[in-house]
Amino acid sequence: MIEMVNVTKTYPNGTKGLKDINLTIGKGEFVAIVGLSGAGKSTLLRSVNRLHEISEGEILIDGKSITQAKGKELRMIRRDIGMIFQSFNLVKRVSVLRNVLAGRVGYHSTLRTILGLFPEHDVHLAFNALDRVNIAEKAYSRADELSGGQQQRVAIARVLAQEAKIILADEPVASLDPLTTKQVMDDLKMINEELGITTIVNLHFVNLARSYATRIIGLRAGEVVFDGPVSEATDEVFAEIYGRPIQKDELLEEPVA
Amino acid sequence: MIANTELKRPKPPSRLKHYLTAVILLLILWGSAVQTESTFGKLIQGLPNMLDLLKEMFPPDWGYFAKVTHAMLETIRMALLGTTFGAILAIPVALLCAGNITRAKWIVYPMRFLLNLNRTIPDLLMAALFVAIFGLGLLPGIFALMLFSMGIIAKLAYEALEAIEKGPLEAMTAVGANKAQWIAFGVVPQIQAHYMSFVLYTFEINVRAAAILGLVGAGGIGHYYEVTLGFLQYDRTSTIVLYTLAVVLLIDYASMKLRERLL
Repeated sequence: MIEMVNVTKTYPNGTKGLKDINLTIGKGEFVAIVGLSGAGKSTLLRSVNRLHEISEGEILIDGKSITQAKGKELRMIRRDIGMIFQSFNLVKRVSVLRNVLAGRVGYHSTLRTILGLFPEHDVHLAFNALDRVNIAEKAYSRADELSGGQQQRVAIARVLAQEAKIILADEPVASLDPLTTKQVMDDLKMINEELGITTIVNLHFVNLARSYATRIIGLRAGEVVFDGPVSEATDEVFAEIYGRPIQKDELLEEPVA
Repeated sequence: MIANTELKRPKPPSRLKHYLTAVILLLILWGSAVQTESTFGKLIQGLPNMLDLLKEMFPPDWGYFAKVTHAMLETIRMALLGTTFGAILAIPVALLCAGNITRAKWIVYPMRFLLNLNRTIPDLLMAALFVAIFGLGLLPGIFALMLFSMGIIAKLAYEALEAIEKGPLEAMTAVGANKAQWIAFGVVPQIQAHYMSFVLYTFEINVRAAAILGLVGAGGIGHYYEVTLGFLQYDRTSTIVLYTLAVVLLIDYASMKLRERLL
């Protein structure tokens, strides 16, 4: 469970990135955060695992405050939170397998991981994760030999190998074409349903949010302006979030099946 | 309307700065020539002397090759050891100088200052200092080359480090990696090919540098430069020059080919 209590982020120049946000996200939810660019979606998501620091308030992960955690405690909380990025963030010059194993470093001693001595169990986990996203045959390819969609699936496998309880996905499909977008979103949905991993996704496209999420949170200028189940997120609600009616380019074309 | 847009066009930037720069450069060149009393006249007057020297250098004393081979090997060994130790030392220094790896500014700036300080000392002077400390021989040469290589490699490496992609680093922070793991998984794979290339490049430079370190008593082939020049055995000097040229070309070529493979 993720609890955000009175979370505010003020940038050094005085602008407010997030304004007094109070949210509770339960285990196993699939939440889509929508809003215009600059509405604070990314800031909100990145404050959950403290890639961004907040100025006021507190964020609790399963009852433990990540806001106050330091050193090892902070790393242990982060170990339970997987993250997927718009630009995949794989190390391009090493193999897919090593990228997936990088998700395991929080479980072992520094020396062991630096020497690359992952136990058999971890390699097994890594292959299972790659199997789940249908990319196991690429395990020994260099990450930069893969297409964008494949790289994003490797990133998902990394999160799976990490055995994260929460997945944060920051615009996971923004650099993908419609067809691979569907594959990646399907993978995220499958993981959410089969493993019960809490998933929070920042999305740009309205209809993607509608078809995958169970709950939608609308952000506008750093404030939560909508929070409710998909069924309540009507076109009028989206118009409110965006501050204007939905435009055609905010709807992703349905990929040809 | 047309007249209006023309009025709004910005004025082209003044070229005065470029002209002034050229004038200042010319003044500096002229000033340097006056101060060092070098003129084209002197250069031409000196030509016959140069030709005499070249005549004395030819033909080279071919038999001398065998005699200086051990010194040449010594030079290469010196360069090899100096580069290796310097390369190892450069790793922590480069990491501490890179602002995206070491967040504490109070470490980064002093480290960069020390690195720059190290690079202001010429290798020959460094060798002379170490000769004063350790006495004549190979050891001062190796030490001088070690510090010299550390300076080059650390400088190149920290600049390359600051240009690496930050995405993978962010991903490693997000999985809960500690600093050492963060470096091993996020930084090292992005930099290792560059680092190897810098080390090879530095080895090329070091072979050339090592060839003259003997002039200040730091061992290697340089010692024979001094001896042969001192005894006016110019045919032998030319042997050494040719030998050095061949070795340097060979090592440069091999290293260049290796570096092409790396990147």
